[in-house]
Amino acid sequence: MQINEGEIEKRDIFIKQVEELSGQNLFGCYQCGRCSAGCPMVSRMDAIPSMVMRLVQLGDEKVLDKNTYWVCASCYTCDVRCPKGIDIAKVMEALRQIKLRKNLNYVDIKKIDGIEELPQIALISNFRKYTG
Amino acid sequence: MEETKMIKVYIMGKEHEVPEGLTIMKAIEYAGYKIVRGAGCRAGFCGACATVYRKANDYKLRVALACQTVAEDGMYLTEIPFVPANKAIYDIEKVTPKANIILQHYPEVARCVACNTCTKSCPQDLKVMDYIQAMKRGDIAKAAELSFDCVQCGLCAARCPAEIVHYHAAQLARRIYGKYIAKPSPNLEKRIKEIEEGKYDEEIKKLKQMPLEEMKKKYMEQQKNAEKERD
Amino acid sequence: MKIPYFPGCSLKSDAAHFEQSAIEFSKTLGVELVELPNWNCCGTVHSLTTDDIMHHLACVRNMVHAQELGKQLGTNKLITLCAMCYNTLAQVNELAKKKPDDLKTANEFIDDLPDYEGKVEVLHLLTFLNNYVSFEKIAKVVKGRLNGLKLAPYYGCLLVRPEHVKVDDRERPVLLSKLLGMVGAKCVEFPYAVECCGSYHTVNLKEAVIEKTYTIVNNARENGADAIVLSCPLCEFNLDKRQKDVKAVYPTFEPMPVFYFTELLALASGKKVNVNAHYVSPENVLRKYGL
Repeated sequence: MQINEGEIEKRDIFIKQVEELSGQNLFGCYQCGRCSAGCPMVSRMDAIPSMVMRLVQLGDEKVLDKNTYWVCASCYTCDVRCPKGIDIAKVMEALRQIKLRKNLNYVDIKKIDGIEELPQIALISNFRKYTG
Repeated sequence: MEETKMIKVYIMGKEHEVPEGLTIMKAIEYAGYKIVRGAGCRAGFCGACATVYRKANDYKLRVALACQTVAEDGMYLTEIPFVPANKAIYDIEKVTPKANIILQHYPEVARCVACNTCTKSCPQDLKVMDYIQAMKRGDIAKAAELSFDCVQCGLCAARCPAEIVHYHAAQLARRIYGKYIAKPSPNLEKRIKEIEEGKYDEEIKKLKQMPLEEMKKKYMEQQKNAEKERD
Repeated sequence: MKIPYFPGCSLKSDAAHFEQSAIEFSKTLGVELVELPNWNCCGTVHSLTTDDIMHHLACVRNMVHAQELGKQLGTNKLITLCAMCYNTLAQVNELAKKKPDDLKTANEFIDDLPDYEGKVEVLHLLTFLNNYVSFEKIAKVVKGRLNGLKLAPYYGCLLVRPEHVKVDDRERPVLLSKLLGMVGAKCVEFPYAVECCGSYHTVNLKEAVIEKTYTIVNNARENGADAIVLSCPLCEFNLDKRQKDVKAVYPTFEPMPVFYFTELLALASGKKVNVNAHYVSPENVLRKYGL
């Protein structure tokens, strides 16, 4: 596969953006898979967390089309189990923020099913993660 | 006769000289602008003329009712005709004072980050953030009480990074408070009954047919009597 | 002993019985929880990007209120009950210590309050009871006993993760078992004690929470528990109120009552459980153990 220089530059910019927002060294990841093994939401993800780590290492912006970082519940299980000390939850948050900062909300707060029964703690946390 | 001192103000970026001592609204009108929207009672009650301004050499974006605030030398001025804000539609008979009731109708309230910008942008000096926080925790009575003096100018809603429409949510809080929480007033109930029974129909009819001059006289008399009663 | 206390939004509404039982129980230990004046919502989830200071402001404001009240009361401690409030406040507090520049930015932005000096210690009530009261003393003070009530202690995520704010071992915490064991409960070990309940997905991905609740409650039962005990109002909503939705998907599902740990401490010290505050009624379980 050949990648031209413009493409390389674009990829570098994306990698740097994720690194800056998350404060994490993405290249620490050596694909052991513990994050994916312990993830409580993994069965609903179309790319497992370790795969997302690989895609951001490659600077592949198509990672933003995966649902992984939206399905992440910020439970920090991956964080505490990563042998390389990478806060993967922060990488997921960085990806969410890249979308949200473009005004692309994941949840429409005016169309919440069954909002009458939901306590404020659920709405506040949900809107914090899914609206910008 | 002493000469009026003139000051320099910048209205929508353009420099104008206006006499010292005018309110922001009058300064803008003196400079030749006609305020079509963004002016109301001109007495500090209605909230229609709420606006933002900056002073010379000051980074703060300040807020004021344009009819109440005196223009100063070097001010940057404008008028704000309206703040777009959605109003929830609800049937007050069906709304109940549940803890999450405000969030049901104004879910964006949950997005408050406690930056306090709303409080800083209230020309009425209301504790706007505090009433939003009260809504979040389901304290409708507190939200109603803290927002009581709101003139619905909308500056809070214009400045909020969470895109909350504070003043409409507060109105819902006050309505729920009035309907379900406040102690009923026996005097009010008595008066409503009297009105419904037609006790004042005759008097109202008389007032409606009264010539304007006579009505003015009657109004002044009534004001004087009220003053006397207060004293 | 008077200690500043941060309630949080849920404890003023749906989880009022959590707050009430904590205040009552603390009183029996001679600890008065003094509610912070003018506290605001913590934001519930800590913002995880490096540059997002705006979402830390709510917590910094609360820390200032804790600092000022603490000066009056002669303490630098702040007690929390809700696991989400604890986590968010503790994480921002850590950040304030580690990144003084960010704290400076926040302090400069918040121009209506004194600066936060970064010296408040954020404690979950469990940590406070363990470190500053001692479970042994609690066992002595509490006259009643929980009669061997079999409990599954559920910590969820935010009491034990991330590492720098954990209140106990992050994989195998024991604080709840030790504490409730001291007052006569029998806590079972169950592998889902630190598993996520699905958290905020309860708003837009209810199915995920239904699966989690089904698994967690069943696992608690398989390990011999008659009830779950926890410390988070969102976990409580997902594990208690969502059992209705679990039952709709799995008709053979057996409901299990869920308690806040302070309800059981208050019960052990002679107070009543407010059964109406629960979705799954705890009455049968309480009767079974003569409570």
